[in-house]
Amino acid sequence: MSDSTRIGPPAADVLRVTGVSVSLSGRQILDDVSFAVGAGEFTGLIGPNGAGKTTLLRVILGLQRTAAGTVEVAGQRHSRRNPAVGYVPQKVLLDPDLPMRARDLVALGADGHRFGIPVPSRARRDAVAEMLHAVDADRFADARVGQLSGGEQQRVLIAQALISRPKLLLLDEPLANLDLRSAQEIIGLLARIARQQEVAVLLSAHEMNPLLPVMDRVVYMAAGRAASGSAAEVIQGDVLSTLYGHHVDVLHVHGRVLVVAGTDDKCDSDDAAFVTVPAREAS
Amino acid sequence: MHRIYGWVFEPGFFASQPVHVALVIGGVVAVVSAATGVFTVMRGQSFGGHALGDVSAAGGSGALLIGFSPIAGFVGLGIVGAGVMDLIGVQRLRSRDLATGIVLGAAIGMSALFLYVNTSSDATQQILFGSIFTDSSATTGVVVILGALALATLAAICRPLLLATVSPDIAAARGIPVRLIGIAYMLTLAVSVGLSSVATGAILSTALLIGPAAAALRLTRRVSTAVLAACLIGVAATWVGILLTYDSYYWGSARRLPVSFFIVAVVFAAYLLAGLCSRWAVSRAATATVTPAVASPDQIAA
Repeated sequence: MSDSTRIGPPAADVLRVTGVSVSLSGRQILDDVSFAVGAGEFTGLIGPNGAGKTTLLRVILGLQRTAAGTVEVAGQRHSRRNPAVGYVPQKVLLDPDLPMRARDLVALGADGHRFGIPVPSRARRDAVAEMLHAVDADRFADARVGQLSGGEQQRVLIAQALISRPKLLLLDEPLANLDLRSAQEIIGLLARIARQQEVAVLLSAHEMNPLLPVMDRVVYMAAGRAASGSAAEVIQGDVLSTLYGHHVDVLHVHGRVLVVAGTDDKCDSDDAAFVTVPAREAS
Repeated sequence: MHRIYGWVFEPGFFASQPVHVALVIGGVVAVVSAATGVFTVMRGQSFGGHALGDVSAAGGSGALLIGFSPIAGFVGLGIVGAGVMDLIGVQRLRSRDLATGIVLGAAIGMSALFLYVNTSSDATQQILFGSIFTDSSATTGVVVILGALALATLAAICRPLLLATVSPDIAAARGIPVRLIGIAYMLTLAVSVGLSSVATGAILSTALLIGPAAAALRLTRRVSTAVLAACLIGVAATWVGILLTYDSYYWGSARRLPVSFFIVAVVFAAYLLAGLCSRWAVSRAATATVTPAVASPDQIAA
């Protein structure tokens, strides 16, 4: 919602998703999804569990076949191994006994796809140190990466994704399982990196409130469909009702936004009506 | 001084031709097993490694029965076994256990049959518990060549393999063919296990694969250091085991004790010692500094 970044002619889109549909074993996961992300923009991919967020990210990465539609990254039809895209998947479980320091994992982000034994070089070491510094990870750069806290591991994974100097950084639920303070720190860090390194950030989350202060754009997903625009444009009752396919209300409570399901035939009592949509969809 | 030397190295140790062959084969096998083992432990495929040992046993006993050199069967059927395990589903965590168990059961059954049909009294001992003192120089050449091949493959794929081990998702997004890398690794594992079947026998190949690697992983935070440490521990254990076996002839039994027993015993001792070292280092780091940064022995050793 920081309108200051929108001044002047719109920057060239770094990501353009057009009419993407995906079906998995007869079930439609994505239904005609279209949106664009401008260079250096911070975009939240918001929606309840099961809305298709992870599938959409996998499509952008070229890991998921589509039934229809196109994905362009930095003006090129996307294929795998595009160095313009950095990726932090969800639920990366790092074994505490893994013999790997935080800086070793970041180095793998730079050249993990290459064959042969790595040749140590000053340039490689410096690049790794710079990335660790950019995510405030200098303090635990030499610790075993599996023994770090969740927030610390996220920082290392972000550095790992950034070291190939991507134009687009995809993060799949990076705030899940983080305490509130760590989540705020990660959000602030990503907003700073998006600005300083001119990397567009596309971050999926089921909870939008912590992201509201930093998002330039929202892609809201429900039931495989998506709506995009500024938060003010998208987070509205009629827009979201169309996405969900049933009536929802958008409530503003002390600066927080709640998306609430309206009464429908699944709810027996009036009490059950006031359930936030994410919680209901998840169950 | 001379008496202690003579007590450690019983007469004729360094002049003995079988000892020379054993030291070379044992050294090569230990290095290949230890280097492969570090990745096996990291990927959580110890059980798979053991199953390949049993497949090796079936291959070795089968080869012996039809008059081939056991090493052809050890390695050959091991590679087939690795392929079958991949087909059944070694890639997925849940079906991995299943694939391993099915292959392992079938392999042991085949070994039982082949060893029963073979009327040579040495066959069982040779296949299951190794034949490092009776191997020919021709076997040495095959072991060295296959060992070099396995190490070269491991060196070539180490980075993609590592990234795929840490996170298959990140690896796939980077364009790494995760499945192919996994298959290449399983084939390397099969060759490695086949080679150690020659030294310690098919059943105890797991000890050389997992033991040194597990001990090394207790001592360091870096994969490169872990591989080096595992190789050192593996070679030391194998050579000390060979020495003790040779010496055991003079211990009054007038019969050599099995070499695989001594190697495995030394490996196990190294594992326990590494555990003590890492505990001691952690506690020392915790008391020495106010800020107990995640401590590890190599930090102290450095």
